[in-house]
Amino acid sequence: MKPDHPDIQILEEPELGLAERMYLPLFVDGLTTTAKYLVRPKVTTQFPEEHPEIGNPLIYRGVHRLNRDEQGRVKCVACFLCATACPARCIDIVAAPSPWPDRDKYPESFTIDELRCIYCGMCEEACPVDAIELTSLFDLTGRSREEMIFDKEKLLSVYDKTKDSEPMKSASHSTLRVEDRLERG
Amino acid sequence: MPTIYINGEAIKIASGERLNGIEAARRAGVEIPHYCWHPGLSVVASCRMCLVEVGTRNPRTGEVIMHPKLVPACQTPATDGTVFITNSEKVRAARARVEENLLINHPVDCPICDKAGECLLQDYHFQHGQESRRADIRPFHSRRRPLGETVMLFVDRCISCTRCVRFCREITGSNELMLTDRGSIQEIDVFPGYPLENNLAGNVVDLCPVGALADLKFLYQQRVWFMKSHQGVCTGCATGCSIFIDQNQDRIYRIRPRENMSVNTWWICDAGRYGWDYVHSKERLLEPRQLDADTQTHVPVDWAPLLNRLDNSLREAAKSGHLAAVLSPHCTVEEAYLAAGYVRSIDPGARIVLGPVPKVGVDQKFPNGFVIRAEKCPNRRGIEEIAAYFMRRDYPFEALLEEIGSDTITGAWVTGGYPEDWIDEPTAQLFSPLRLLVVQDLFDSPLMRRAHYQIPAAAFAERDGSYVNANHRLQYATWAIRPPAGVQVEGRLFWRLAGRAGLYQARTILREMAAEVPYFSAAKAEIPDSGIDLVH
Repeated sequence: MKPDHPDIQILEEPELGLAERMYLPLFVDGLTTTAKYLVRPKVTTQFPEEHPEIGNPLIYRGVHRLNRDEQGRVKCVACFLCATACPARCIDIVAAPSPWPDRDKYPESFTIDELRCIYCGMCEEACPVDAIELTSLFDLTGRSREEMIFDKEKLLSVYDKTKDSEPMKSASHSTLRVEDRLERG
Repeated sequence: MPTIYINGEAIKIASGERLNGIEAARRAGVEIPHYCWHPGLSVVASCRMCLVEVGTRNPRTGEVIMHPKLVPACQTPATDGTVFITNSEKVRAARARVEENLLINHPVDCPICDKAGECLLQDYHFQHGQESRRADIRPFHSRRRPLGETVMLFVDRCISCTRCVRFCREITGSNELMLTDRGSIQEIDVFPGYPLENNLAGNVVDLCPVGALADLKFLYQQRVWFMKSHQGVCTGCATGCSIFIDQNQDRIYRIRPRENMSVNTWWICDAGRYGWDYVHSKERLLEPRQLDADTQTHVPVDWAPLLNRLDNSLREAAKSGHLAAVLSPHCTVEEAYLAAGYVRSIDPGARIVLGPVPKVGVDQKFPNGFVIRAEKCPNRRGIEEIAAYFMRRDYPFEALLEEIGSDTITGAWVTGGYPEDWIDEPTAQLFSPLRLLVVQDLFDSPLMRRAHYQIPAAAFAERDGSYVNANHRLQYATWAIRPPAGVQVEGRLFWRLAGRAGLYQARTILREMAAEVPYFSAAKAEIPDSGIDLVH
């Protein structure tokens, strides 16, 4: 596009009036904003002495947890859908036949690299049994990289710690056994 | 030439060709969904998924008369003037109803089912099923029971297509599987006291269109979508079945048959299917070592200086006598050709000899013609031809041992790559007079302990090259996994020793060989996935 193109409009800067030339109205305007913030309630949180309030913990995307079923066993069925959905490839699962008669498959090991994770929540969304959830814990620290690779026990302990303050997002829907199903008719 | 009409499109087939509706539609690029039909098995038309509208066209008047009812395409021969309609509303409704019926008794436990991702029930449900389920059934837990040592049956996932039952009746002739009961409580089972144990049993897992039959070795090891498939050739016996090697991050998880009508049709034996553990064995030699003259122990050496040192040692040994290259029948023809050419370039009188050929029992033939060979190596014929080309006379392994004894031969390069023990102490003893012994092998052996240079070998899935099977069929296999750190694949090592520039290219070598060795002349052309016959 050339400068003399008919679609180009050249605008002149508007002429400033006396008030504008004195900067006074703008000055007052700015000071009003400052004054407003002086009397408003403070929003700054003195972290870490003070913890911020998390609006809705149920939709917050913090540290992961692995939920337990009614019998206290890991709810995960090792379907790998979270690992498949994970864009950061931070979930590593080793599946095995479950030691319990009413379940087929379970995660022998389940590790999440919390440093590699981008906290997008795709794992939670992909999970067909609502076993993996993101809690509202956000102040995650550690002294080494190894410490930040959470294994199954650690993730289950996060559940134990947060289950009262943040209940599981869905009710359990355990599968039926064939015998129950035949009884139901 | 018979003409068949698929959804209004006329296709011509060769006269005398016997196709059913599914195969004919495939020619026109139309896929008719089917569960129970398999090209290698008899037709039962029991799943009803391939129902289509069929009619006949009168060649004189052009009038089409349709059957009033839907018929299974798998059972309908495609003859001149047959009309198939596969996309009408009636056909679509029938497919949706079949899918709905199959899912009533299905646990829908796809997340924990190993078949998920390559399951026909899943695929057809997305393509032909209904959006929502009308029956109010909660997912339930599938019963399971092992059918044998290698196969687990998930009873409630079965759709009773009977492919596995027919396989055991028609292909292996061992009749282990059967259907018990009828109707909605019909189940697959084994006869009491006769578990599923034949040498082709693993094929029922590949045959199963749903997740009812699972391979116990593969069960829960890996989701199928994480793995990449590579076209390979089984090196378990001289049949040389076409296979897929499924790997993830340089680890093999599964070996599946690859359709090759000239070699193995649709099947492979269990020995080939499960015989890859040694590739990931911890016992493998993972670094080159050299014999220390003072301490008489083997010390690790770096690859970089080793190549020159090897070359110098070979030239030194050639001064006082002849060299020999023992080519294992586990080598690809390209590797053997490069190695033979290299040794010959140092000593024009070098002996090129085929290594020991392992044999176990006798050939096992199955009713459908599938053969498991007694010769447990993939490339005896190819290596034999290369040795014969270089030697121009019959020169067996025993002749080499004799010549070593009489001190005519002073240096030898022995390639191994055998998954099992292949040389015993007395035979290895006969190599003692050698002034230079280079042994390239996967595992420790009596011969390895005598070597002046121990070179790690690559396993079959790590090699790139061709094998010639017992029927003179040459097949090309691509590498599926990278070798463990410290191992150089034979082809690459010989390529470097021969002083060639750039990267090892198996195809280049094969083309060179085809021009030079008359036996391989058919390999001049591009080699299709199913291989080519070298002798007609």
